[in-house]
Amino acid sequence: MKLIHKFNIQKIFSASILFLLLSCSTDEKQTVTILKKLVIQDEFDVAGAPNTALWNYSIGTGTNGWGNNELQYYTDRSQNIKIENGVLKITAIKESFLGSGYTSARILTKGKFEQKYGRYEARIKLPVGKGLWPAFWMLGANSDTVVWPQCGEIDIMEYLGSKPTSIFGTVHGPGYSGGGAISKVFELPNDRFDNDFHVFGIEWGENYVNYYVDDVLYNQITPKDVPGPWVFNQPFYILLNVAVGGSFPGSPNAETVFPQTMIVDYVRVYQ
Amino acid sequence: MKNINFNFLKKVILTVTIFIAFSCERELSADATLSKYPNTAEVFTDFPVGMGTSFYFPYAGGPDNPVGSKLNAWTVDQTESYKGTASMRFDVPTDTDPTGNYAGGIFRVDGPGRDLTGYDALTFWAKASQGVTISEIGFGEDFNTFSGNKYITTMKNISLGTNWTKYIIPIPDASKLLQERGMLRYAANSAGTNGRGYIFWIDELKFEKLGTIARPQPKIMNGLAAVQQGSIDSKINVIGLSQTFNMGTGFNQTVSTAPYYFNFVSSDPSVATVNEKGVVSLLKIGIATITASLNNVVATGSLKVTVGAAFVNATNPTLPQANVISVFSDAYPTLAGFNPGFFAGANTTNITIPVYANNNHLSYNTVDFVGLGWTGTINASSKTMIHLDVQLKSVVSNLRVELKDFGPDNLDNGFGANGDTAGGFIIAPNQLIKDSWVSLNIPLNAFTSPTGGGGSGNPNKNNIGFIIFVSNNGAPANGTSFLVDNIYFY
Repeated sequence: MKLIHKFNIQKIFSASILFLLLSCSTDEKQTVTILKKLVIQDEFDVAGAPNTALWNYSIGTGTNGWGNNELQYYTDRSQNIKIENGVLKITAIKESFLGSGYTSARILTKGKFEQKYGRYEARIKLPVGKGLWPAFWMLGANSDTVVWPQCGEIDIMEYLGSKPTSIFGTVHGPGYSGGGAISKVFELPNDRFDNDFHVFGIEWGENYVNYYVDDVLYNQITPKDVPGPWVFNQPFYILLNVAVGGSFPGSPNAETVFPQTMIVDYVRVYQ
Repeated sequence: MKNINFNFLKKVILTVTIFIAFSCERELSADATLSKYPNTAEVFTDFPVGMGTSFYFPYAGGPDNPVGSKLNAWTVDQTESYKGTASMRFDVPTDTDPTGNYAGGIFRVDGPGRDLTGYDALTFWAKASQGVTISEIGFGEDFNTFSGNKYITTMKNISLGTNWTKYIIPIPDASKLLQERGMLRYAANSAGTNGRGYIFWIDELKFEKLGTIARPQPKIMNGLAAVQQGSIDSKINVIGLSQTFNMGTGFNQTVSTAPYYFNFVSSDPSVATVNEKGVVSLLKIGIATITASLNNVVATGSLKVTVGAAFVNATNPTLPQANVISVFSDAYPTLAGFNPGFFAGANTTNITIPVYANNNHLSYNTVDFVGLGWTGTINASSKTMIHLDVQLKSVVSNLRVELKDFGPDNLDNGFGANGDTAGGFIIAPNQLIKDSWVSLNIPLNAFTSPTGGGGSGNPNKNNIGFIIFVSNNGAPANGTSFLVDNIYFY
């Protein structure tokens, strides 16, 4: 609750009203969300850099391109990450930078906001183009003390710019990580994710993670779905990033237009 | 590759007045216009849908294809279908079929046309009797009625396999298609199958609103910053028009588009204007850049035109026809089989015969050497002079004119025993003036120089087979560009 005061108290009221409207309209699909108590939110209403009370940056290339042979160098420069006009913009740029061919940004709430269970959602407009790999995701708060995937990873939304009509919702854990992760694709009917904003969320509780896009609940993952220990009954933190290239999306091609921006309208967490 | 001329662009013009009236009406009451015509989506399901009675028109013949499309290339096949009971079958003939060596035509609504503004693509399922590449499939061609071919859109080189596959042709800007009759156009030949015929089928042909077609990237001049020169009163076409979308699959799809989809703008309309057909009219000396947008998206590519002084034709010859043997001149009858580039060095480019004010001249770019030929040989033994008008277009270089005489056997078959002779005349560099015609009258006994082909000078005049231009002794690095007119012996 302290965190709420740190952010934008006015926003809570408007958000609650909005939520009431939302809950009315989704009453017929009650399974989409049941957790309604707002815990934190970032509406990205203050222009400039992300709020340091909530977000850290990842900087550099990690080990082996953040474990995935990704091509970008993450920076905290305003070219790569900034808030303006009420949205957060994470922009992947094609440029030579400290040995990398691309720059981009990744922010995370590690050590600043970590929580077990809840409803996590963000309203995002995605970029497009082969090689782009944006994500709204979570890692176990013990990620520094145990080796991934033991810490667990919940990918609320992963997207490949080469497949603009679909996103992935995935969990990684010991015995089911990387290519063996438990995942489901959500295909947007008669539209694509780079045309407009969509809400990506999970509702996560003891022994389940429910995945939804907008008002569609499209998957539930429970311990019986994973071929290993369930590592999701512990606190996690949130990450937002745009990766470029790497093992999963492959490299950008001649048709990929740079720069490309992931635009985040808000991140909200409910309990 | 066979150079097949599908010959539809020439039919595009017409009905400008109708269009103006139409567009005014559209501005005043868009809603009324929108509801005027049916928005039927289907073109063919198991039968043609809403097409009326007379709707299939094979392409007629042209200069390159006197026969035109095989007339019965299209039929309804009751034995093959992706869905339902029938499909459209196209029998692409062999390249030697006397009844038409390719298949192509349009499907035009027999009626006022359709409102397609609510769709974003023409889609269909297709397969072929073998893996083939179909040259062109598209829509928007109606042979000059109503919309006047204005919105022709074509997907090129469509690869078909032997299994039914869905194909999507994105509409460049559907808001333009308020009344469209051209539901399908196609052209296919057997150039890629060693001349052997094949069959392809199309089924479930319809317009759709897919919602997954996005990120338009229109292009003019093939996306390049093109630079061209022209003279006052001449016209230059904006070419290389296309629209590219990112499809739902993540792949980009490009379609060729007609100019009417674009909004063209000239940076200086006092120097050059551009009309809705992408035709640039050069008005006064200066520089103007043509850019364009399609549905408010700025197109990649531009055309920068440098307008020079009005072109002037060479002075017409005045000698009576009886006194001359003409090789090339509008003043005299055409020489049979005249070919302005019978042979040419590898660096000679763009041999053309431009027309200005109904007068033809020859244009040569970056010549190393080029030979002008004709049918048979010319007996110039009664003549003493050769006339030609030359206008330099590049910096002055060494330009040599050569005459090649084929000897009594009338064959281009070697010096010596076969009787071939050749000689050259070097035009002094200061004799030519850039951008101005210079009349040259050269005595035939002045062709005393050795030639690039091995002639030793002083050719015979009884069996002249070639006139050859050699630039800078054939060195390509300094190839000269020039115009020539009124070549005749007298």
